[in-house]
Amino acid sequence: MSQIHRDDFGSKMGMWLFLFTELLLFGGMFLLYAAYRFAHPAEFVLAAYRLDVTLGTVNTIILLTSSLTVVLGIVALQRNSKKLSIFFLSTTLAFGLAFLVNKYFEWGAKIHHGIYPKGPELANMSDGEGLYFGLYYAMTGLHGVHIVVGMIILAFVLVQIYKNKITSDNFVRFENAGLYWHLVDIIWIFLFPLFYLIH
Amino acid sequence: MEQHDTQHKEHKNTGYGIYILVWLGLVSLTLITVSLAGFNLAGLTVVTALLIASVKSTMVINYFMHIKYESVLFKVFIAICIIIFLVMIILTFFDLTYRPEILTK
Repeated sequence: MSQIHRDDFGSKMGMWLFLFTELLLFGGMFLLYAAYRFAHPAEFVLAAYRLDVTLGTVNTIILLTSSLTVVLGIVALQRNSKKLSIFFLSTTLAFGLAFLVNKYFEWGAKIHHGIYPKGPELANMSDGEGLYFGLYYAMTGLHGVHIVVGMIILAFVLVQIYKNKITSDNFVRFENAGLYWHLVDIIWIFLFPLFYLIH
Repeated sequence: MEQHDTQHKEHKNTGYGIYILVWLGLVSLTLITVSLAGFNLAGLTVVTALLIASVKSTMVINYFMHIKYESVLFKVFIAICIIIFLVMIILTFFDLTYRPEILTK
């Protein structure tokens, strides 16, 4: 085996520094949400009734489970069971896809009801409700983009495990990809109650 | 590398079991937060929802993101990041409370 210099600690630290920038990117949007909700509390509650709590709950559980399968995949790889690791990682990708499919139907239903920029239903709403849906589309949309990016990164990891480029003693890339996926999960943990559960 | 060795040792202690337990906890908290939203807790609704979300994130960060077993440096960095965000929120709400006209005009 050739000796290549490897710094897993530095690699993880780099990943965390990137995650902080992501946290503050979403943080800015949460700040905007907080300010507008403070200004229009009743309208936000009214607008939130239009969201499907069941669909939101299902998507939350899907995302939590997808995070679990990532860590299980890492443990499996550490224990040298490459097949099991690939199985867990594929499950994560399937859950990610399921999340996006649910989101597609959710957005589709909203757009069908005329809730979109210059849409007939949105035009009848108060300013506060309009702001709520503006934030809803922007924040869940940006989150959805992160799910897509996370899935692409995890798919790369999957291929590298398959080709033995990521192995039981060199898996920091898998861990870093996992960190990204968990961050996306954490953001959803906050988005879910703030958009779906205000009554 | 020394860091790498310690990382390896600690990895061996974490098996499938603990992660499945954490996942069960996360799902239970999700169901609790959904059922609590049905009750009329008045002003406490947001506070409880955010409190539960914070507990869930702490679990994800500590176990799934492995921070519990990581060097102190990571914990300090995360704390700084969260404090910066909290300061931003507090300052914004000072502004919203004492100058509400910024929202109406």
